[in-house]
Amino acid sequence: MSVYSLGYSMRQVFVSLRRNLGLALITSGMIAISLIAVGGFLLVALNLEQVFRNIETTMEISVFLNDEADVEEIRQNLDDHSEVLSYIFVPRDQGLTEFGEAMGNIQILTDLTGENNPLPDVFRVRARRVEAVSALASEIQAYSGVEMADYGRETLNRLIMATEWVRTFILGTSVILAIGAIFLIVTIIRMSVMARHEEISIMKYLGASNWFVRFPFVLGGMIIGWIGTIVAVSLIGVGYFRIAESLQTEALAFFLQPVLEPSKIIPIFVNMMLLGTLVGGLGSFISVRKFLKV
Amino acid sequence: MIQVNRVSKIYPENKTVALNNLTLHIERGDFVFLVGPSGAGKSTLIKLIFRENDPTEGSLYFLNRNIARMRAGELLKHRRQIGMVFQDFRLLKQKTVYENVAFALEVIGKSPKRIREKVPEALDKVNLLSKANAFPSQLSGGEQQRVGIARAIVKDPLLIMADEPTGNLDRDNSVQIMKLFENINTAGTTVIIATHAWELVNLMQKRVVTLEEGKLVRDQEWGRYK
Repeated sequence: MSVYSLGYSMRQVFVSLRRNLGLALITSGMIAISLIAVGGFLLVALNLEQVFRNIETTMEISVFLNDEADVEEIRQNLDDHSEVLSYIFVPRDQGLTEFGEAMGNIQILTDLTGENNPLPDVFRVRARRVEAVSALASEIQAYSGVEMADYGRETLNRLIMATEWVRTFILGTSVILAIGAIFLIVTIIRMSVMARHEEISIMKYLGASNWFVRFPFVLGGMIIGWIGTIVAVSLIGVGYFRIAESLQTEALAFFLQPVLEPSKIIPIFVNMMLLGTLVGGLGSFISVRKFLKV
Repeated sequence: MIQVNRVSKIYPENKTVALNNLTLHIERGDFVFLVGPSGAGKSTLIKLIFRENDPTEGSLYFLNRNIARMRAGELLKHRRQIGMVFQDFRLLKQKTVYENVAFALEVIGKSPKRIREKVPEALDKVNLLSKANAFPSQLSGGEQQRVGIARAIVKDPLLIMADEPTGNLDRDNSVQIMKLFENINTAGTTVIIATHAWELVNLMQKRVVTLEEGKLVRDQEWGRYK
């Protein structure tokens, strides 16, 4: 393609966008809607991951000690264990007080203090990784002086299953949405190319190369995709940070706090930009191919 | 310039035999009418020369190059040596007369300076310089076809091929168009016109190649369409 052809093609892109403004806007809008669906879904996925992570990291192993337990020795073992993130020691008296507070009435426990306290001393242990909880509990169970190490096996297993299921669901749905978006966009761009098929056919009869014909469409498609992406990213960005702000101020629960780290959010937006631009360009490339056969 | 050697073309979709063992030679500077009833193979021959289709059998040569074997770059060069004129004019409605003619040079990468020189020259040859800024919808059929001819000649092609160029025109306009083709031919460009218009063919007194059912039935210098 000569320099003059390139300049002509560039001008044609803008002339064509202006002439087919309605169709270009519809295509941009469809790209924006598709990307809002995909991007929104990815943000929901990211936050769901974080919610599960939060729940997982708060899972504790309650280590009940017997009367002969050497608390210092167990404390030393926990300190030395690589999978132990943190622990707190709850002496039996403190345990009774906490139980009373949880019941809402400390008075009824008055007779259970001192020698009558039925509760054992307890270590509440947190693991570094949720996957390590089960093995860690088994190891602690084997420590001398440990009566029982309990971690809510059922809850943990359900949580792990739910996390896996949600991950698979989100991945599958994102792929389906992305494929659907590409088909939709290719169809709309094909309509826009069909509206100009007469012009393409004339260009071919006049001796235009395939790239000369294709280039303005591909560049135009990329611009349309890019505009759609900017709209999608802006709407998602504003919407997401509004919701995030309200969640932060209302503080419904600590595990509902949204993901706000730029290192996690920015890649989603950058990928949306690339996807939108690529889909626009690729859609045009595919759509125009059929009309080049003269 | 063009050698058609025992060419047959069968369209696979409906098994129609469009050309049947056709052999024909066209020299540089010739003015040839391709005549014959509908379905005789006139348009098919034009499409094969332009390489819009490939022959089923036989071979076509343009300037001693086998058209069917041309690679992409060579095919592009081949097509740029040919100016096409259509029955339905095929002008771009949203472009002015000037822009339609300039388009033929823009798509092959000519410089703006060259375009500014060549377009008025071509419009002058078809006597449409005064309507350079008009849109196709503001022109008569004859004028639109003259724009089509200006667009075909602006790149100085070696060959002009026209498929029923007067099919949508009245007699006076048709005669004008034929005279234009004659002028172009006089200046050295080879002209091939596929037509049904026997009256015009007889008026022009040029070489007449008659096809029937894809076969060559007559090839006459200074011929008539009977």
